[in-house]
Amino acid sequence: MQTSDTSNEGPPKGLGPLAKREMRFAYLLLLPTFLIVLSVVLFPLIANVWISFKPVTLGDLRAPAILANERLMGDLAAAGDEADIRYRARNSSRKSAIADVVFTDTIPDSLSILTVDDRCVSDGPLLRCDLGDYAPGQREDIIVRVAASQAFIDAPDDIKDTKPAFTFEPENILTNGDFTLDNFRRVFNASDFWPVLWASMYYTIAGTVGALVMGLFAAQLMNITFGGRAFLRGLFLSPYVAPVIAVALAWVLLLDPGPGGTLNALLIQLGVIDGPISFLGQRAVEINLLGLSFDFPVALTVVIIFEIWRYFPLAMLFILARMQSVSTDIYEAAEIDGATPLQQFRFISLPQLMGIMAVLFLLRFIWTFNKFDDIFLLTGGAAGTRTLTVNVYEQAFAVSNLGAGAAVAVVVFFVLLCFSVIFFKFSPEDDA
Amino acid sequence: MSRFGNIFYLSVLFGALWGAIWAIIITLLALFISGLTFQPQVTAGVIAGVVAAALLVSQPMAKRTLGMRVLAGLAFLLVLVLASGAQPMGLPLDSYSAGQLVFTVLMAVVTVQSIHLTCGNLGPGHEKRYNVEVLCLRFIKGFGLVSFTIAVALPFFVMVMMSLKNQQLLLSNPLDFSIDFGQGFTALFRSYIELFTQYHFGTYLMNSALVSVATVAITLFFAVPGAYAVARLRFPGQNLLSRSILLIYMVPMIVLVIPLYAIFSQLGMRNTLWGLLFVYPATTIPVALYMLQGYFRGIPAELEEAGLMDGLTRLNVIRKITLPLALPALASVALYVFMIAWNEFLFAFMFLDNVDLFTLSRGIAELNSSEVPRQHLMAGAVIATVPVLALFLWFERFLVAGLTAGSVKG
Repeated sequence: MQTSDTSNEGPPKGLGPLAKREMRFAYLLLLPTFLIVLSVVLFPLIANVWISFKPVTLGDLRAPAILANERLMGDLAAAGDEADIRYRARNSSRKSAIADVVFTDTIPDSLSILTVDDRCVSDGPLLRCDLGDYAPGQREDIIVRVAASQAFIDAPDDIKDTKPAFTFEPENILTNGDFTLDNFRRVFNASDFWPVLWASMYYTIAGTVGALVMGLFAAQLMNITFGGRAFLRGLFLSPYVAPVIAVALAWVLLLDPGPGGTLNALLIQLGVIDGPISFLGQRAVEINLLGLSFDFPVALTVVIIFEIWRYFPLAMLFILARMQSVSTDIYEAAEIDGATPLQQFRFISLPQLMGIMAVLFLLRFIWTFNKFDDIFLLTGGAAGTRTLTVNVYEQAFAVSNLGAGAAVAVVVFFVLLCFSVIFFKFSPEDDA
Repeated sequence: MSRFGNIFYLSVLFGALWGAIWAIIITLLALFISGLTFQPQVTAGVIAGVVAAALLVSQPMAKRTLGMRVLAGLAFLLVLVLASGAQPMGLPLDSYSAGQLVFTVLMAVVTVQSIHLTCGNLGPGHEKRYNVEVLCLRFIKGFGLVSFTIAVALPFFVMVMMSLKNQQLLLSNPLDFSIDFGQGFTALFRSYIELFTQYHFGTYLMNSALVSVATVAITLFFAVPGAYAVARLRFPGQNLLSRSILLIYMVPMIVLVIPLYAIFSQLGMRNTLWGLLFVYPATTIPVALYMLQGYFRGIPAELEEAGLMDGLTRLNVIRKITLPLALPALASVALYVFMIAWNEFLFAFMFLDNVDLFTLSRGIAELNSSEVPRQHLMAGAVIATVPVLALFLWFERFLVAGLTAGSVKG
C-alpha cells in the first residue's frame, strides 16, 4: 500500500507508516513492564556491583545528621548583663561528611545580640550561620554574645523555646566517591570461600538431579490409572504449593534432635538408632567404606533431601504432561514386537522425555543455585550448609557488612552468568 | 513344566516385603493414633506375608476369588499372632484390645490386597521375562506410591497434629498424636485462637491477602498489554525480547536484596507494604508475560483481524476479543502469581519491621523463637498453608495447565 509503482528499487526499505504505528503501539504496551523491570531488576543489579566496591555497613544506611544543643553560659542578673549562648553542633556520623551546613535560630526579643561568630549574621532577633562543610564526626561550638534587657530580667524567656534549625546536605554513603577492593579481598581471602562454593555446587547438582529423578519416578507412578489418583496428584504437588516457611519449619520440628523431635523418637522406637541424631546441626559423620574413610556431610544432605522433597512435584508435572502427549501407537507396536516394560521405558519413553528433562535440568539447576529461603530457614547456613546465596545474607545482614554481601552477590551473579551462557548454548528450540 | 515357577517364588518374596512394609506402617499408624508404645513386629509380618502370598498365589488365576483372599487374610492374621507371640503390634493383646483388633485386621486386608494387586493375573507357574518384569514393576510402583505418599504427607501430618497438641505433651511423648476430642472446640483449637487474639494473625492474614491480590492485579495490568505486544505486534527486537524475558527470570532474588534494601531504606520505602507491592510485581511480571504470550499466540489471529476490520481499535480488540478468549489463561496466571506472592518470604522478611505490616510469612518467622510454644508455630504454618493449598486444589486443573504452559519458576 505504501509503495508506489514508480519506485523501481524493489521492496521498500525500512518501516512503512503502518508498521511504524504498530511498532510505537507495541513499545507503548511494553513500556510499563520495561520501567518496572528496569527499576527493580536491572538497576539494582548494577547498584549491587556499585555497592560491592564501597565500604558500606548496615549502620551507614541511616543518613548522617547534625545534632545540636544550645545553652546559656553565664548569669543574667540585671539589665545590661552579658552572657554567651553556646550552640554545640556535631556530625552524627563518624564516616560521612555533611556539606553546606546552615543553621538559623531566633533569639528572644528580650535579649539583644552583641557579637556573633564570624560565619553568622544577625538580623534583629534572627540568627543565621553559614557553617560550611562538616567532616565525619566533627563537632564545634558557635558562641553568640547577648545582653539582657529589663524585660528578660522581669520574665526570663527560655532560649530553648525556639529550636535551632539546620539545613544541610548529608553526604550519601552510597553515592560518594569512596571505593575499595576490600570487600572482594575479604570474600576471596575468607577461609570458608572454597567450602562455601563447594557446598553450593554440591547442593545445586544433587538437588537438581535428585528432584529430576524423583519427579521421573513419581510421573511413572501417576501415569497408571487407579482410584484416588487425582487426590494423590494433589497431595504430591502440595510440597511445592505450600509456603516455604510453613514446610521448612515443619521439617525443623520433625527433625529436632531434642525431646519432642518426631523422626528421632520414631527411629529410636523402631530400634534403628540408639540416640538422637542432629540432622540439621551435624556437619559430617565419618563413614568407613572398603577401608576408605570419608566425611559424609549430614546437614547438607538433609537440606538437599528437603530441596528434592519440595521440587520433585514440578519435575513430575512436566514429565507427566510430556508422557501423556506421547501417542500410544508406538507402545502398541513395541508390545507386538515383544518389548518388555523395561525395554519400552528405556527405548521409547526415556528418549521422548530427554528433551523436557534437559530443559528442566538447566532451569532447575539455575533456580536451585539461586535458592536462599530453604537453607536459611532450615539451618541458617550452619553446619556446613552455607551456600553462596546464604553467604550473601550472612555477610550483608548478620555481619552487617553490606559491601561484602554485595561482593558475594557479584560472585553469585558471575557464576550464574556462566551457567546461563551454557544454558543458551544447549537450549533446545522447543522449550515452551 | 512344574506347577510352581519363578512367578510363585517372586510372589512369595513380594509377600514377605509387603508383610514387612505394612507391619511397620500400620503399627506406626496405630502408635500415632493411640499414643501407646507399639513396636512393629517385622519378622512376624514377613512370615505372615510369606504364608498369605503362598496360599493365594499357589491357586491358579480363576480360583483367587474374594473368598480365597479372605482365607489368605485369616491365615495372615493367624500366623502374625502366632509368630509374634500373641503380640502382633508389640504389646499384649489385652491393652487397647478393640484398637489392636481393628489395626491388625487392617494390616491383613492391605497386605493381602497388595499381594493380590502385585501378582494379579500372573499364575504360579514359570513365565518369560516380560511377565517377570511386569510383576517386579508392579511391586516397585506399589512400593513407590506408598513411600511417596508417606514422605509427602508426613511433614503436613506432623504440622497439623502438633498445632492441636500442647508443648508438655509433645515433649513427653513426641509420637503421641492422639487427639482428645472430648476437650471441646476451644481447647482443641486453642493455639489458633491465641494466634488470632494475641499474636495479630488477623492482621497478618489481611496483609497477606491484600499484598497477594494487589500483586495479581498489578501483574495482570502490566503483563497483559506486554504479552499482547510480544505475541501479536511486529516490532524490532520482538524475538530478542521474548527470549530475554526468561533471562530476567533467572536473576536471583538474593542479589537484588542488598541494593533494594539500601535504596528503599534511604527512600523510606523499606518498612511499607508499598515497597513489597513494588518488588513483587517486578518479579512476577516477566513470568506472567511469558505465560500469557504463549496463550495469546494460540488464539487465532483471524478473530482479532475481523474485529479490526469492523472498526474496533487495538485496545478494544484486546478488551473485547482477546481477553475473553484468554480467560482460562488469565485465571491460571492469576493463581500462579497469587501463589508466589502469598508464599514469598525473603523480601517480607528483609523489609518489614512493623508488626502491623507483617505478612503471614514474616509473622511466622517472628514466632520461630524458643519463647513461643511449638503448637503456635505449627498453627501459624497451618494458617499460612490452608488458603493457598485450598485455592490450588480447587483450581488445580487451571494451575497445572498454566504451570506446564510456560513456567517452571521455583
